[in-house]
Amino acid sequence: MSYPTTWRRPPMFLTNPTLRLGFWLMIAVYLAWSMGTLDIDWGRVGQGLPRAGDMLARMFPPDFSRWDLLVSGVVESIEMAVAATFIGMILAVPLGLCGAANLAPRPVYLVARAVIVLSRTFHEIIIAIFFVKVLGFGPLAGLLTLIVASVSFIAKMIAEDIENMNMGQIEAVKATGASFPKLLIYAVQPQILPRYLGVCIYRLDANLRHSTVVGIVGAGGIGMTLSASFKRYDYDFSLAILLAIIALVFLGEFFSNWIRRRLR
Amino acid sequence: MTAADLAKRYPEVWRRFDVRQTVVHWLWFAGIVFVAGWSVRHLDITWIYFLDAHVQVGDLLARMFPPDWSHSGQIVQPLIETIHIATLGTIVTYVISIPIAFLSARNVTPNAITWLIGRFILVASRSINTVVWALIFVAIFGPGVMAGIWAITMRSIGFMGKLIAEAIEEIDEGTVEAIEATGASRLKVLLVGVLPQVLPVIYGTTVYRWDINIRESTVLGFVGAGGIGIELYSSINLFNWQQVAMMLIAIFAVVVVSEFVSAITRRRIT
Repeated sequence: MSYPTTWRRPPMFLTNPTLRLGFWLMIAVYLAWSMGTLDIDWGRVGQGLPRAGDMLARMFPPDFSRWDLLVSGVVESIEMAVAATFIGMILAVPLGLCGAANLAPRPVYLVARAVIVLSRTFHEIIIAIFFVKVLGFGPLAGLLTLIVASVSFIAKMIAEDIENMNMGQIEAVKATGASFPKLLIYAVQPQILPRYLGVCIYRLDANLRHSTVVGIVGAGGIGMTLSASFKRYDYDFSLAILLAIIALVFLGEFFSNWIRRRLR
Repeated sequence: MTAADLAKRYPEVWRRFDVRQTVVHWLWFAGIVFVAGWSVRHLDITWIYFLDAHVQVGDLLARMFPPDWSHSGQIVQPLIETIHIATLGTIVTYVISIPIAFLSARNVTPNAITWLIGRFILVASRSINTVVWALIFVAIFGPGVMAGIWAITMRSIGFMGKLIAEAIEEIDEGTVEAIEATGASRLKVLLVGVLPQVLPVIYGTTVYRWDINIRESTVLGFVGAGGIGIELYSSINLFNWQQVAMMLIAIFAVVVVSEFVSAITRRRIT
């Protein structure tokens, strides 16, 4: 009896060879279909490489000479993120309690979940554009956008935590004859507080990232400065702003990881 | 033990934290409130706008109703384009992000410099929002789908690369040693020892990122990078709120369905 001298790693998914072939065929057909129907101006795309080179050449060296504009934009972004996280973490508590199936009555639960799903589906920029239309340009629109995004995110996490918590403590506190508010304070709050704070800190980090972009539709922050510099082909200033954003997000993530490690 | 000690140990009213802890908690809370309050004050918000905000919102909602379904035929093509942008962007990301993840995983990267390069790519990619990437690529490739695909790709590389790199750092080193002991080359070790261990993570994050990308690609049109966003933005600018309402419902449906598909697929492969 002879053994094979070469070995091939058996596939991990779609172990049936016909199915595998079918899967790859599907991908090939999809690629052909999408590339065939998409309206791509290949001539213009072909110019992309030289244009990218030109853009890079104009980006270097980054221009930090208008640092006062840069700093005020970054500060505005940070303020928007901090304020939105704080207001969001307060507003999220009632919504999260309503969205927990084991605490809230069925109709309340369904309404709260619908609100959460609805506000999570739409991209921040779509929400931002509506606030800009209703309240005018400026940081207020950005602040409200970030609040909406934070509330739905934190509320969803709170609701899931409450649904997964230990019901024994609830029963123990209930057995003492505690009222519903006391039940929340003495049985629910201690179980979800550490995770809740962690989620809020994570959201602060996410808001910092999003606050750099809502400005593109006029909702305040460094994004407004960035989009203006792009429109003026002021690419060396754009690169300076991009580097500032990268540094800001990096520091924010570092801070958030540090705090969350300490909370645990 | 005196009566006073007993009273101290078993107080009439039970408290979870002692006085010092309570004071520290309140100080923390006051600090957070102060920072948040200062931020709001410094934002120089025109509060007067709030006075008629409810009227404006009511007006907007009234104008949106009923959604204008007569135009729904015209947005099918842009919606398909949106899904194409997300899908093609995810496919390109899948190809690019794996080598970058290998560069930025501490245990398989060749040396400290390649690790730094990998990490920098991941951080830069994740820090810059998809829409900002779209601004850049619209300047490079001109307005259209191509800019959208690359914007999605550039943002997703950081997301997928980070998660895959974390998975690589947590693999079972025993398998790697076993493959090394056979005298396999470095590439073979990576392909046979490391890659199969992280494949489930790779597939899982790809599908997960795909549904995030669907959501992201709905707004790429705002800066001219293709998809439903172009139609949405022009309807908003024309104050055609009934069409806007119809498009929002369509976007909602697509995003919810893609999230559902992604959740089911991930449950099956991980």
